Amino acid sequence: MNETETVENRPKGEGLLGREEMGHGTRAPRGMHGSLSRGRKATQATMFTMFRIAAVINGSALIFVVYFLFSRGWRAINWTFLTQAPVDSMTKGGILPCIVGTLCLSLGAIIVALPIGVASAIYLNEYARAGKVVRIIRLGINNLAGVPSVVFGLFGLAFFVVYLKMGVSILAGSLTLAAMSLPIIIGSTEEALRAVPDTYREASLGLGATKWQTIYRVVLPAALPGVLTGAILGISRAAGETAPIMFTAAVYYTPSLPSSMFDEIMALPYHIYVLATAGTEIEATRHLQYGTALVLIALVLGLNLIAILYRAKLRRKQ
Amino acid sequence: MDNKIKMKADNLNFYYGDFHALHEISLDFKKNEVTALIGPSGCGKSTLLRCLNRMNDLIPYSRVEGSVLLEGEDIYDPNVDVVTLRRHVGMVFQKPNPFPKSIFENVAYGMRVNGVRDKSYLVNQVEKSLKQAALWEEVKDRLDESALGLSGGQQQRLCIARALAVEPEVVLMDEPASALDPIATQKIEELIHQLKELYTIIIVTHNMQQAARVSDVTAFFYIGKLIEVDQTETIFTKPKLQQTSDYITGRFG
Repeated sequence: MNETETVENRPKGEGLLGREEMGHGTRAPRGMHGSLSRGRKATQATMFTMFRIAAVINGSALIFVVYFLFSRGWRAINWTFLTQAPVDSMTKGGILPCIVGTLCLSLGAIIVALPIGVASAIYLNEYARAGKVVRIIRLGINNLAGVPSVVFGLFGLAFFVVYLKMGVSILAGSLTLAAMSLPIIIGSTEEALRAVPDTYREASLGLGATKWQTIYRVVLPAALPGVLTGAILGISRAAGETAPIMFTAAVYYTPSLPSSMFDEIMALPYHIYVLATAGTEIEATRHLQYGTALVLIALVLGLNLIAILYRAKLRRKQ
Repeated sequence: MDNKIKMKADNLNFYYGDFHALHEISLDFKKNEVTALIGPSGCGKSTLLRCLNRMNDLIPYSRVEGSVLLEGEDIYDPNVDVVTLRRHVGMVFQKPNPFPKSIFENVAYGMRVNGVRDKSYLVNQVEKSLKQAALWEEVKDRLDESALGLSGGQQQRLCIARALAVEPEVVLMDEPASALDPIATQKIEELIHQLKELYTIIIVTHNMQQAARVSDVTAFFYIGKLIEVDQTETIFTKPKLQQTSDYITGRFG
């Protein structure tokens, strides 16, 4: 042979070392261009395509929902809508009391849930020693996360509204929503605490700090971004819940804005429900329903966006 | 107790659960001397070091038998406050672990947790400690910047300054230079020479040449037992036991 054997002019059907192309079930393939690697590549491409389709469906669902609501509700959004109370059997006017009510409930929920949730997470992650008690507590928290929201509503009604005599009020509603948000906050706080390297704790203890000093001077500040992100996500979930507030805080109509935490309030999710089912002018208020839904979604998405941006900013800092 | 001895392990046994990690260790650490603990991986030298400031208390299912004396007092006595002990016996860890705070706050941390609030005292101590750690000149103009922006060698010297700021009597170093490049390592070793004027230093090292360079006394460990301890020069030139000689010359390890 005059030319040297290169990859290009090697006789077809042979592997890199000139040996026979392998058939299935004999030796491991030696060639770079065998039919087997073509098969594997095809499988890989198929799987990736399926993953891409799943991601697209995911993203599109959100876009579709927002578009649907937006196209039917944007006409209702104007300054009056956002700053005035409803009038004329709620066929006209605005949803200001609902916005205020939802904000009050969310704020109340986070004020109660955040300290309790963070304290629980600190106990579970930093102090508790593995054992039966801790397992039971964790079981309780995980199961709490799975309780249906309407059951929470009933619990809130029976316990806060009736037994503790709070009546239908912001207080009762906030406490019920707080109970619902606890598992989320405990979970994300624990995750944030776990992410703090043990080397920090060791360094602190090695300098003669107590465990508590270590937690509030080093561990908690380092975990704060994760804790706050969890809190924001917790509120955004609480803001959109209907069933827990139906029995405990929200009512069909209030003549004025709330002045104390014992007042009943109107709320965005409940208002949608009311207009769409129990109101006297269901068809006439359809555009208002969509408008309210749009405002609620904007609130929830807005909160989530804040959480995402804040987390990204902190990641960049690190 | 002979008043040249700062710390002393007396028939110390240590267990991780059922695993007997340290067997009857009896070893003196003299004042203002550098004692190096050497031996192959898993021989217990880091375990012993962590017994000296009771950092092993953090490990669940660990158990200590025997005693460790600091100036004649047993640190494992139930009346001893571990938190106070750790102010007297400081530690520098293998991987530099500065807090995600400013350089100043890192060095001041130990003092703050011990209740010091006087701003001028803190400022002076921080400067003094950073000078002792040979880091002052490099950071004096950026004390408010994050400690995480320093190089590895600087971070380790910062950790040393942080440990010195609480004015311990003994400084434990667990392979302080193993994560550092040769130039940073050399700086740390020079530092150790200067520090022994003021402190008693016990250093664990994997690097035998480093032990030979920095220490006055060397103790050789193997599978949880103290095999031989002597003046560094003797250990490295005329060790008494064959096992020591084999390790020094690299026959195993």
